[in-house]
Amino acid sequence: MVVPSLKLQDLIEEIRGAKTQAQEREVIQKECAHIRASFRDGDPLHRHRQLAKLLYVHMLGYPAHFGQMECLKLITSPRFTDKRVGYLGAMLLLDERQDAHLLITNSIKNDLSQGIQAVQGLALCTLSTVGSAEMCRDLATEVEKLLLQPGPYVRKKAVLTAVHIIRKVPELSNIFLPPCAQLLHERHHGVLLGTITLITELCERSPAALKHFRKVVPQLVQILWTLVTTGYSTEHSISGVSDPFLQVQILRLLRILGRNHEESSETMNDLLAQVATNTDTSRNAGNAVLFETVLTIMDIRSVAGLRVLAVNILGRFLLNSDKNIRYVALTSLLRVVQSDHSAVQRHRPTVVECLREPDASLSRRALELSLALVNSSNVRAMTQELQSFLESCPPDLRADCASGILLAAERFAPTKRWHIDTILRVLTMAGTHVRDDAVANLTQLIGGAQELHAYSVRRLYSALAEDISQQPLVQVAAWCIGEYGDLLLEGSCEETEPLQVEEEEVLALLEKVLQSHMSLPATRGYALTALMKLSTRLRGDNKAAILEKMPLVERGGTQDEEAKESKEAQHSEAALVPTEPQASKLLDLLDLLDGTSGAAQPPPPLEPSSEGTSVHLLDLPCVSSAPASIPNLKVFEREGLQLNLSFVRPPGTPALLLIMVTAINTSEADVTHFVCQAAVPKSFQLQLQAPSGDTVPAQGGLPVTQLLRILNPKKAPLRLKLRLTYNHFGQSVQEIFEVNNLPVETWQ
Amino acid sequence: GRAQPRPRPAAAMQFMLLFSRQGKLRLQKWYVPLSDKEKKKITRELVQTVLARKPKMCSFLEWRDLKIVYKRYASLYFCCAIEDQDNELITLEIIHRYVELLDKYFGSVCELDIIFNFEKAYFILDEFLLGGEVQETSKKNVLKAIEQADLLQEEAETPRSVLEEIGLT
Repeated sequence: MVVPSLKLQDLIEEIRGAKTQAQEREVIQKECAHIRASFRDGDPLHRHRQLAKLLYVHMLGYPAHFGQMECLKLITSPRFTDKRVGYLGAMLLLDERQDAHLLITNSIKNDLSQGIQAVQGLALCTLSTVGSAEMCRDLATEVEKLLLQPGPYVRKKAVLTAVHIIRKVPELSNIFLPPCAQLLHERHHGVLLGTITLITELCERSPAALKHFRKVVPQLVQILWTLVTTGYSTEHSISGVSDPFLQVQILRLLRILGRNHEESSETMNDLLAQVATNTDTSRNAGNAVLFETVLTIMDIRSVAGLRVLAVNILGRFLLNSDKNIRYVALTSLLRVVQSDHSAVQRHRPTVVECLREPDASLSRRALELSLALVNSSNVRAMTQELQSFLESCPPDLRADCASGILLAAERFAPTKRWHIDTILRVLTMAGTHVRDDAVANLTQLIGGAQELHAYSVRRLYSALAEDISQQPLVQVAAWCIGEYGDLLLEGSCEETEPLQVEEEEVLALLEKVLQSHMSLPATRGYALTALMKLSTRLRGDNKAAILEKMPLVERGGTQDEEAKESKEAQHSEAALVPTEPQASKLLDLLDLLDGTSGAAQPPPPLEPSSEGTSVHLLDLPCVSSAPASIPNLKVFEREGLQLNLSFVRPPGTPALLLIMVTAINTSEADVTHFVCQAAVPKSFQLQLQAPSGDTVPAQGGLPVTQLLRILNPKKAPLRLKLRLTYNHFGQSVQEIFEVNNLPVETWQ
Repeated sequence: GRAQPRPRPAAAMQFMLLFSRQGKLRLQKWYVPLSDKEKKKITRELVQTVLARKPKMCSFLEWRDLKIVYKRYASLYFCCAIEDQDNELITLEIIHRYVELLDKYFGSVCELDIIFNFEKAYFILDEFLLGGEVQETSKKNVLKAIEQADLLQEEAETPRSVLEEIGLT
């Protein structure tokens, strides 16, 4: 006795009753076994029920491929029920990647030619859903015949099936082009709609077809005109708008035909104006038609007045309470903001309002559009809006917003001061999101605005005092303080609040930056350079020309020969250190140091270069060649690689000595794998910070710097031994030497 | 003016998915050829994406290189994928029209109707859209066609099932 399998609805009931995934699986597996058995030797009359169950199970994600052949069998059955379920199964289980789908071609052919309307409908539906190119080729003529069938039910399906056929086999376009002329006279909305879709597809695929169908533009205009003006048929209307689906499709075809074609565009001008002004906008259906109208107007050769009308419609859309409408408005305005800039400008306030949208996809578009609308007359107001947006915008829009503001500022800044303020504000709010060149841009900008040096340094000092975490801001502030620190300390600046800053405060702030774990190596470099510049500028010896303000340099400047010469002149007393050929580890250096007697050699007095010599100095963050109260020392040179030491004794920490080791390479070849190690006597504490890099680029490129921190609580005479290893000119080099002529100020 | 758009084989509507708030699929209509595996992947990812949307967000989102239009009706999400040049607002009307058709057919439709009568949901959809395009804009005509097909089905089944019932096949 055959156990009766469940009816579809009972099966569904049981599956839904399963408490766990495992239970569900069990039910389904059991039922699938039944279904399989039934397929094998069950009653063909029930086959459609079995397949239906299988299709349900398939939707839940379970395998159903064993039902494919059953689909075929059901399709060939004469019973309507079987065909209905069989074709559904074919659409769900068969796809053109499998060979099985080809087997239904014959059935489809039979059903198309001999079936009743409903059956023809099923066949056409299946063909247009899963029909492969091969199937389309085989069945094209059958479909073509049906285009001329009396009944609109089949005709409308045949037309859309033709669309599918063309998509799969474009060469078959020539079969389906001729009937279009007649089909365009259809009164049945479904057939007409399908025809418009077919013509659209033909035109999009073939310039010849496009040209051919231009002559129906007047007819299309007439159809749409009739549709919108003569009272609507309730059957096809939505919210008082006559068949919006058909209207949209016609408008789309008109767009394609009117594009780049004056004559056609002119023919549709009045109609478009009519639709644009008279379509009911209270519901989405009307707005959908209006939207399509706008798209068409903007894409064809329409008259200026019509374009403005279209942009204004979009502007009104922006005020619509429906966010979907606002969304399409923003997207469309973005597309036309370049071509119709002044028309879109009129809606700037509304666009800016949209920045406050809670939906990120809207605010993102509003941001893009806002940035596109910035010009020289609205830059102040717009920047203000964008900055307040920056404060609260979602994190993934931060970078775009920050960059956008900086770019707009660069293009349209009304004054330098405003420009500096703007960049400052952006760096404060979103410093981590700006691009790398923002720092260089700002230093360049400030440097070139002499009248704003005092202002800039004060603003930056205040900003830095509040927050030392935003790296680009810190870097610029440090640079600025180093350059214009004297302006910071002296008197007041009329453009900012009175700010009384003591020397110690400034130096302490820079030291704080130097020591902060938040500071990147580059930032530390900026801070250190600033400290060095300040310890010169703030402590007498202001007579040297070398202390003149930095002249504005080109970014990426090259080393100046004059600078090199003057440097060498200053350090002529510094001896070139001989090398000691030993392959020893660092520990060995210490042993050597311990062994020697420690009479320090007093450094020879160095005279600053004569006044009046203008010196061009490189604006490199970590290189300073000022003769400090502690003079610099060149300690090594070999084949173009030089090592210089500069010293700082930060005030307030008498035991601390900071040494900046700078390696410059003037030779033709890069120095790579550069490592510098140091050793000091036992009573000292030495800390080496990470070097800025291990490649010293050739021809005076960006030097490698490394900071040494030495604590000398006993104030013992300083001795320092260095070991260098690197590759140069294809050779590996090791140099070990003790630094002679260390200035006594480094430890006294 | 812009250059001609490149012809593409895909339909205007690439697929329509119906799924519950728990992410259970209730209907899947694919108008582009994809393997079962690809369909499952798309379904899984898209369902996740849509379910993650907050209620106040708009009905449109960009996903991969498609535009997605979705709308929730009670416990069911209706989700369509359309091409770049397609009109999102009219797609909302397409979705709404489909829901109206289901509502008319089932009489105040709810998710359960679609679960237990999923084949009917497909049949109705297939009278409204064909190959991803709208085929019939009259509600009346669509419902009439379904009615007639249902009648045909009944006729095809009735005589036999009566005979079956009384034990004569």
